[in-house]
Amino acid sequence: MTEPVRSPRSDRSPWYWLLLIPIVLPLVTPLFNRDSPRLWGFPAFYWLQFLFIFVGVATTSVVYQMTKRPARTSAPETPEAVDE
Amino acid sequence: MSDHITEIIVFSLLFLLVSGMGFVAARWRAPKDMAHLDEWGLGGRSFGGWITWFLVGGDLYTAYTFVAVPALIFGAGAAGFFAVPYTVVIYPLFFLILIRLWSVSHRHGFVTPADFVRSRFDSPLLALLVAITGIVATMPYIALQLVGIEAVLKTMGVTGDSALARHLPIIIAFAILAAYTYQSGLRAPALIAFVKDTLIYIVIIVAVLYLPYKLGGWGSIFDDANAKFQASNSTGDGITLNANNQIQYITLALGSALALFLYPHSITGVLASKNRNVIKRNMSALPAYSFLLGLIALLGYMAISAGVTPLPGAKAGSLDSNTVVPLLFDQQFPSWFAGVAFAAIGIGALVPAAIMSIAAANLFTRNIYKEYLKKDATPAQEANVSKITSLVVKVGAVACIIFLDPQFSIDLQLIGGIIILQTGPSVALGLFTRWLHRWALIAGWAAGMGMGMWMLYNIPNANTGRKHFGGSAFPLSDLGFDSPKTIYVGFVAVAVNLLVAVIATLVLRAAKTPDGIDHTNPDDYFADEGDPRLEKARTTPDADPITSST
Repeated sequence: MTEPVRSPRSDRSPWYWLLLIPIVLPLVTPLFNRDSPRLWGFPAFYWLQFLFIFVGVATTSVVYQMTKRPARTSAPETPEAVDE
Repeated sequence: MSDHITEIIVFSLLFLLVSGMGFVAARWRAPKDMAHLDEWGLGGRSFGGWITWFLVGGDLYTAYTFVAVPALIFGAGAAGFFAVPYTVVIYPLFFLILIRLWSVSHRHGFVTPADFVRSRFDSPLLALLVAITGIVATMPYIALQLVGIEAVLKTMGVTGDSALARHLPIIIAFAILAAYTYQSGLRAPALIAFVKDTLIYIVIIVAVLYLPYKLGGWGSIFDDANAKFQASNSTGDGITLNANNQIQYITLALGSALALFLYPHSITGVLASKNRNVIKRNMSALPAYSFLLGLIALLGYMAISAGVTPLPGAKAGSLDSNTVVPLLFDQQFPSWFAGVAFAAIGIGALVPAAIMSIAAANLFTRNIYKEYLKKDATPAQEANVSKITSLVVKVGAVACIIFLDPQFSIDLQLIGGIIILQTGPSVALGLFTRWLHRWALIAGWAAGMGMGMWMLYNIPNANTGRKHFGGSAFPLSDLGFDSPKTIYVGFVAVAVNLLVAVIATLVLRAAKTPDGIDHTNPDDYFADEGDPRLEKARTTPDADPITSST
């Protein structure tokens, strides 16, 4: 996974390490493999895994915001408006 | 049949609406020249945030998911819930890996993962293996979409005695699908995905609010399921995992996530987006589907609570568990709404089937036709070959369903996930490092394939009484471990693949075997929209970047 980065342009950022959380957390079954406590009738096994979805969304959003490139001057873009 | 007439009418109307949209899609975001593989097969590489969201989402959450995951939960309980961690793990991985594939593909005009492998490792043979693996893994996946539609049709009573009568609705549906995909390419599923997802969201939101209310609340749904699993004499079920299937749960979730982004159709969806930010943004928005998937999965428990009994399967005495969700809707909803729900599943089959057939067609065109049959094919010829191949692929998928037992397609899909994983070292690791030798990757691919097939061959299925290809959970005791635990076959196979690739690389490097020229350069992996070298490279896909740039 180590590649000599000769170019000045690179993706390297410590923020990417955050992505390990949503990759590892949902795979540690001993953490959540139980019935209680229940939440609105859902056993812990289920509501905790639903919760991990939000953890995933939160970490990916943070990493996206922190590693986002400024819009290029050569190609002005407004990402929100391009779909229409 | 007559007592399902409202459902059939609603289903047919929505189906026809979507088909009309498929044909109109050719003119949507009108391209200058549809006779180019980039336009037909990748929607002009122009899709922004919203379209990519619907396209990739439509790709990953298929009719089969809606039908099979709840069926698994219905039968086995917690083990079937692996689909949720699986779709949580996917997006950070996509975020880290596919972004690089997008950049390098954009700069070099790659349409398929095999295009990338060919340039990176300078090996047409390795590219061919990746392409064939992709096509073989995709075909049964398309066939499975038909299994999803069939479960719905069966529930509506649209079924006959002869094989032809039973399959006629599917043949018609697929003929329409084939016609508009031929005409509109990737634009058709991209446009239809809006309708598909809207319907699915409506159905699921209504289902998770209304059904628990009818069935006495979530608590009693889980209690009913628990009671059923307590009473059954199977050891693998329960509303939580037991001591023996946790490793299986973890490896299956991780393995499926890795397999999913290697499938040609998910790569197609990603390559069609217009820039890196679109992809990154989507990776934080797409988990909305994971939430949906988790709720859909729980329909399996609602079916237990509602006392659903699956319809008979193809063989006498067997049950078709794929019908539990359609039956639940049929029994619990007013018939017009059940019709909407069935249309959601049916249309949910068309979107991924279209994208998959396009992806398989692109692989054939770029990595077999252009590589081996007609080296100087023009972009227009490429687009034409892809269009025709996409038809052939769909005919093949329909033939799979008509002439084979649908159970066989499910088994093929099981194998499909495991074989597509074997392209991981060359495609995914290749994006980060070129350390692995091209011949070592070929050796690893062969070893992983062999190991995977051998393991699958040795897994019996207790429920159907078959001796081989009965599932993807391999007992660790068969590998010499003193343990009753099981592990996902794909995980072991890809580990063997990597091990062989590493050892072979060390040997080949020591023997100073030439490892070809890397036609990509480090900067390619970070290129973004508006890159001055990008537009130039697009017209000469396989040209060496050094010579094609000024």
